[in-house]
Amino acid sequence: MAKPKVATTSLAGCFGCHMSLLDIDDRILKLVELVDFDKSPIDDIKEFTGQCAIGLVEGGCANEENVRVLQDFRKHCDILISVGDCATMGGLPALRNTITLEECLNEAYLDGPTVYNPDGVIPNDKEIPLCLDRVYPCNEVVKIDYNLPGCPPSADTLWEALVALLTDKPVSLPYELIKYD
Amino acid sequence: MSKITEAAIKEICASCGNDRDRLMDVVNAVQAKAGCVSDESIEAIAKQLSCHRVEVESVVSFYAFLSKEQKGSVVIRLCNDVVDKMNGVDAVAKAFEDELGIKFGQTTDDGKITLEYAPCIGMCDQAPAALINNEVMTYLSTDKVKEIVKNLKACNDPAKLKHRLGDGNNASEMVHSVVHNGIRKKGPVIFADYDKEAGLKNALAMSPVEVINEIKTARLRGRGGAGFPTGMKWEFTRAAEGKKKYIICNADEGEPGTFKDRAILTERADLMFEGMTVGGYAIGADSGIVYLRAEYAYLTKLLEKILQDRRNANLLGKNVLGKKGFDFDIRVQMGAGAYICGEETALISSCEGLRGDPKNRPPFPAQKGYLGHPTSVNNVETLCCVGRILEMGAAWFAETGSKGSPSTKLLSISGDCQMPGVYEFPFGVKVSELLKEIGAENAQAVLVGGPSGQIIGKADYERTICYDDLATGGAVVVFGPERNMLEIAAEYMEFFIEESCGYCTPCRVGNVLLKNGLDKILAGKGEPGDLAMLEELGNTVKTTSRCGLGQTSANPVLSTLKNFRSTYESLVKESKDGMQPMFDISAALNDAETIADRKSVIFKN
Repeated sequence: MAKPKVATTSLAGCFGCHMSLLDIDDRILKLVELVDFDKSPIDDIKEFTGQCAIGLVEGGCANEENVRVLQDFRKHCDILISVGDCATMGGLPALRNTITLEECLNEAYLDGPTVYNPDGVIPNDKEIPLCLDRVYPCNEVVKIDYNLPGCPPSADTLWEALVALLTDKPVSLPYELIKYD
Repeated sequence: MSKITEAAIKEICASCGNDRDRLMDVVNAVQAKAGCVSDESIEAIAKQLSCHRVEVESVVSFYAFLSKEQKGSVVIRLCNDVVDKMNGVDAVAKAFEDELGIKFGQTTDDGKITLEYAPCIGMCDQAPAALINNEVMTYLSTDKVKEIVKNLKACNDPAKLKHRLGDGNNASEMVHSVVHNGIRKKGPVIFADYDKEAGLKNALAMSPVEVINEIKTARLRGRGGAGFPTGMKWEFTRAAEGKKKYIICNADEGEPGTFKDRAILTERADLMFEGMTVGGYAIGADSGIVYLRAEYAYLTKLLEKILQDRRNANLLGKNVLGKKGFDFDIRVQMGAGAYICGEETALISSCEGLRGDPKNRPPFPAQKGYLGHPTSVNNVETLCCVGRILEMGAAWFAETGSKGSPSTKLLSISGDCQMPGVYEFPFGVKVSELLKEIGAENAQAVLVGGPSGQIIGKADYERTICYDDLATGGAVVVFGPERNMLEIAAEYMEFFIEESCGYCTPCRVGNVLLKNGLDKILAGKGEPGDLAMLEELGNTVKTTSRCGLGQTSANPVLSTLKNFRSTYESLVKESKDGMQPMFDISAALNDAETIADRKSVIFKN
């Protein structure tokens, strides 16, 4: 039987959750025995090659490209997991949610104290994805099966959850893995 | 300073003894005089009362009737409670907007008239209704609105608007209001004729402990809804350590659909004060406070006059009725428009000149209440019962009613029924009997106890109104067959969102999420899983909120989920593609498309 496939992506995140995944250290060898990676920055496969068992999503949706990718993940993954606080709740990027998009862009490209932009141009190439009006956590865009909390979730948390799902056992995370204060 | 001088503020503060605890009175007076409590006024008040500016500002920003922004000299507050909506308030609202040429929340260009919405103002039986400054206008229609606006523009004085005066004391010089008492059914306790001051005389002939025992024998329980045994509350307050004690009358009935205290305050205030005096004697208090909701400000003159009459007759003051050592007086504390202040610890905060934030319990008010002194907070109706128990005896009191809930209960009934009004029913009355009497036998649903109570359907009409079954502070709202119960529940959630004090997260956030969930289902985008989610979320809000508001605010959702399950189920359907139906990509991209002046290539509309 072919190994189940796993896909991962980072939307409006910082790649910290992916770094945390790499922190499983030598267990990554065991992981490769258990799964194949499909679309993921880890193997740099850009588009899905088929249906996956598990999708790991880091980051929420800040622009239209994020939405497209997330919807694509939903279509191709049997189980979709929000990894980390940005995917689960919007996280730091969602701090802009109380400010209008126009104000955000002006502050970032025109008015900010460290901005050097003599032409006063806000980047607007048609290749640049359009921003959403606010940052949406993943579960407001598509249905999410599991949320793994943490900023980032520790390597052990990710490992325990993945192995449990891949070996068809209930995901039970000990208190130490989901306690943050 | 725009409309009020620093000297005027000094004078107002001085009239309250420059007492920081009386901040509510100060800001209410400044608001009334200047139409706002501006930053300059806040500064001046803080200086005068020797407190921090932020203490004053936090109070001003908390209460709906206070504002930092300049309001018109006339403020129209149209009640947009569910019952008013059922009675066509939307057309009335539009008429106000058209006639005044402004939207809700705005003031006319000449700065004279401000138009606002207000939650339930206690006039559901004569809805749609509005407050125009302190004057109440009832049975509003589009024609009436035209006339009101015309007159207001001509004379700018709401007091000149009145037409036909209401019945009873409403027509008296002191009240002079168009409000009707709407007392449809008089029972043996509250609205029966009674022997004035006999209760107080009997009480003073007993020892305070005997008085408390009499109340305990009568098994009197609080009429505000929670039903705590009054005798026990008094016993605790009496036993608590403290030289000074207080009795507070909770006349802040804000639960939508409740207006029974309005009738008591208009027609039986004397009995209520008598009960308070008895309570003061029983617990060993020398001061009483009536916390009156701002919506009932039109009754203050009457209440002040009755208090003065009682002082003149030695029913208040030093050595009441010649009882040596028993000094007792009562003052009226005005609220400023906050539902949460009906919660007793929030009410105490408000009396102390603070935001109406609930306090942590324990300590309970009976141990540490108003200004840290042992305090008993009792409902208006409870105190009336006290007067009658002392007059007629505990045995008489327990003659009517059901086994666990002796005596009668005032119910304020409104909504889709032929005879809305105030009814005094014996406890134990079946909902079906009640519906028959008020002319609402085809009711689809009945809200018992206001939105913090329960919405029941036909299957529950044989249940009884009493503490052991359907407990209520007095609100009964009837919904006819044509009403959409989910919409009603959503309306009530909107009310709780507005009235949450924001202190604790389950209430501040949870109620919004519950409303969003309902809206999703109402928009036809709900899924079966959403029902379980609503139920779980509702129970979380219920069990983790800090005070009674959050502990009951999920009830419109939870009780309709239970009693109108099929309505919910008919609206939800399983979605197959795993997408969230409420996510609207074109709306989310609207701003960016406008700013960038190009259309999305990925999501072509």
